[in-house]
Amino acid sequence: MKYKAFLVKYAEIGIKGKNRYVFEDALCDRIAEKLAKVADGFTVVREQGRLKVNCPDEYDYDEAINQMTKVFGVWEICPAYVIEDASWDNLAQKVGDYVEERYGNTPHTFKVEARRSDKSYPIQSPQICSDMGGVILDRFPAFKVDVHKPEITFYVEIRNFAYVYSESVKGPGGMPVGANGHAMLLLSGGIDSPVAGYMVSKRGVTIDAVYFHAPPYTSERAKQKVVDLAKLISVYTGPIKLHVVIFTDIQLAIIDKCPRDELTIIMRRYMMRIAEHFAYKNNCQALITGESIGQVASQTPQSLVATNAVCTLPVYRPVIAFDKQDIVDIAEKINTYETSIQPYEDCCTIFVAKHPVTKPYLHIIERSEKKLIGTIEELVEKAINEVEVIEVKED
Amino acid sequence: MEAYLDNAATTRVSEKAAMIAEKVMREDYGNPSSKHIKGFDAEQYIKNAAKAIADSLKVQPKEIIFTSGGTESNNMALAGAAFSKMRSGKKIISTCFEHASVYSPLLALKDFDFDIDFASVDELGHVKIDDLLNMIDDNTTLVSVMYVNNEVGAVQDIAAISKAVKEKKPDIIFHVDAIQAYGKYRINPKKEGIDLLSVSGHKIHAPKGSGFLYADEKIKLRPLIFGGGQQKNRRSGTENVPAIAGLGEAVREAYEDFDKKTEHIYALKEHFIERISEVPGTHVNAVPGIDMKALSNTYDKALWDKSLKETAPHIVSVSFDKIKAEVLLHALEEKKVYVSSGSACSSNHPGISSTLQAIGVRKDLLDSTLRFSFSRYTTVEETDYCIDVLKVLVPVYSRFTRR
Repeated sequence: MKYKAFLVKYAEIGIKGKNRYVFEDALCDRIAEKLAKVADGFTVVREQGRLKVNCPDEYDYDEAINQMTKVFGVWEICPAYVIEDASWDNLAQKVGDYVEERYGNTPHTFKVEARRSDKSYPIQSPQICSDMGGVILDRFPAFKVDVHKPEITFYVEIRNFAYVYSESVKGPGGMPVGANGHAMLLLSGGIDSPVAGYMVSKRGVTIDAVYFHAPPYTSERAKQKVVDLAKLISVYTGPIKLHVVIFTDIQLAIIDKCPRDELTIIMRRYMMRIAEHFAYKNNCQALITGESIGQVASQTPQSLVATNAVCTLPVYRPVIAFDKQDIVDIAEKINTYETSIQPYEDCCTIFVAKHPVTKPYLHIIERSEKKLIGTIEELVEKAINEVEVIEVKED
Repeated sequence: MEAYLDNAATTRVSEKAAMIAEKVMREDYGNPSSKHIKGFDAEQYIKNAAKAIADSLKVQPKEIIFTSGGTESNNMALAGAAFSKMRSGKKIISTCFEHASVYSPLLALKDFDFDIDFASVDELGHVKIDDLLNMIDDNTTLVSVMYVNNEVGAVQDIAAISKAVKEKKPDIIFHVDAIQAYGKYRINPKKEGIDLLSVSGHKIHAPKGSGFLYADEKIKLRPLIFGGGQQKNRRSGTENVPAIAGLGEAVREAYEDFDKKTEHIYALKEHFIERISEVPGTHVNAVPGIDMKALSNTYDKALWDKSLKETAPHIVSVSFDKIKAEVLLHALEEKKVYVSSGSACSSNHPGISSTLQAIGVRKDLLDSTLRFSFSRYTTVEETDYCIDVLKVLVPVYSRFTRR
């Protein structure tokens, strides 16, 4: 017996008002895109309060489930058996076949829940429940009914066809990508920023990214690592436009002119400025960073004041209050951890001072930055003009 | 212009080696163990390669075991000899600047209760023979010494070491890691007292995945790989015929006009060392007499020539004041000059080269050392280009340092 349909229940879309269709359409599209990788012939349709996926005759079931569990907005996936002829005798026979195939003769406690959207169907829902319970008990005498805590609940739905299902696979939750605007992720090779991108994307936000590359201080392999990370999160977020900005000259200018213990803060201020430039250019409404309070010198509350001060867009920092281990747990779950811990140096660590400032005053940082006036503008412009944009998407 | 100066990491496969490998893959693709003519044809390539190698070493073809490369040869030699002799003793002695493919299998043997000792080396990278001899006891069955060091190009007097070792204990098996030496030196295992000799193909313009172990016919080795009994049970698995054929061809080429080729590479080295002094803040490692030469305009040419010839022709190790090796490496890469920091094989594991420490390189230069390595295909123009690029880059990158 093959599952001919999946009933997909969604997470939070249900609370939306008149714009609900925007969310539902985005979810349909995201699911259809994923299933197109599995086989031709899947169709995704909106039904009242949920989506229905019609399956082609031949497809890889495990792979279809796997793909759908990577779509934000999916709450639960129920593989369903479709019974085209819903007349009672046929329905009873086919539901019995379903029970036999799924659960064989291992005794279980169960109940039946029925829903009749097709009001012309001659039997009412409560009646379907009790009659179908009787059918199952007749055929499987070892089964027992338990309406309070059943091991299995058989759902029988009568629409144009009848569906029977009893199992569900959890999806990631959240909202479908494309439903909630657009943001620019500052992606480094570390553990935190891919997780931050994943988390914001899970709220339905479309993601693009900026990476700051500092050759020859950072190697081609360090850059490839970031491309690999973008590819790994694109499994969830969809295609990412990765902006690779050559940051070396800006970094060296800062080293030349500014106090070494303020280097990282001033560097990060320039990263934010450049990221924001590309954010505006791509019609983004926010920046995203993987900052977490107190994790390193440049992520103390005082340091965040200094880096935040140059931004006009909101900066989303989804892991701001996460412990490192909590971030690592997510990184492992989304499969970025192993790539993140490859030992290639990133541009933030090469010149870092032995004792960088941890509580910078904004006015002092701003005063130090004045020393760059006259040289830095041209360097920033050059970095922006020479950006390399890589279209990253899952294979 | 492009300058590939990383020939100690790997080399370009020669035309002839590539052509014969391709011919085997596309035409003479039989399994050498097959009984039909296709198998026979394939077997001939192996026999020819073994003959070419045996001739180059003045040994018998049956003493050549083909492997997947230097690492496997070293593993096969060390573990194979250690296990076959374990009834008479479980002590093995090596030196403190071996390649990881010697060092790691020895550490693994510790798990089987082998006792491993490492003799020290002096600042020119020469094994302290007395130190080594003092370690030999009644339980010692195996001594392993690298012929040419892969990071600094120091060369051991293998014949002298072997002689001293065997005078002290005649039944010791003497293994030599010759991965950086074969093709650069005429090696005569029977005369130099070498029982086992490891060689890698891709260091001498043969395909990757090729290599061999010379094992004196009197030495019994316990195999590492068991299976269909190929190569007289010493190394099972269908032979990598294309790579072996390529290796045979590469060996023939390497020892053709040998003196001329070696002279060319030494000339490159001398030229490079002379010109590197134009780059500020550089130090050439493990070349005897280098200080004398640097300080004096009236150095003794003959003496300098002799000192230079005491080091391997193809490797120059240079330390740079106040520049991290990896930064300079990537800066050179942008100019299409390709070199290694430390040994390329271990560059993936950031860590300080133990060889450099062993020869007493200044602590602040350990992480600031590059290896330039040449082949017979390298040109003077390439080395000049490299020096010219260094003259531009070094002042730039020594300005910005870590704190």
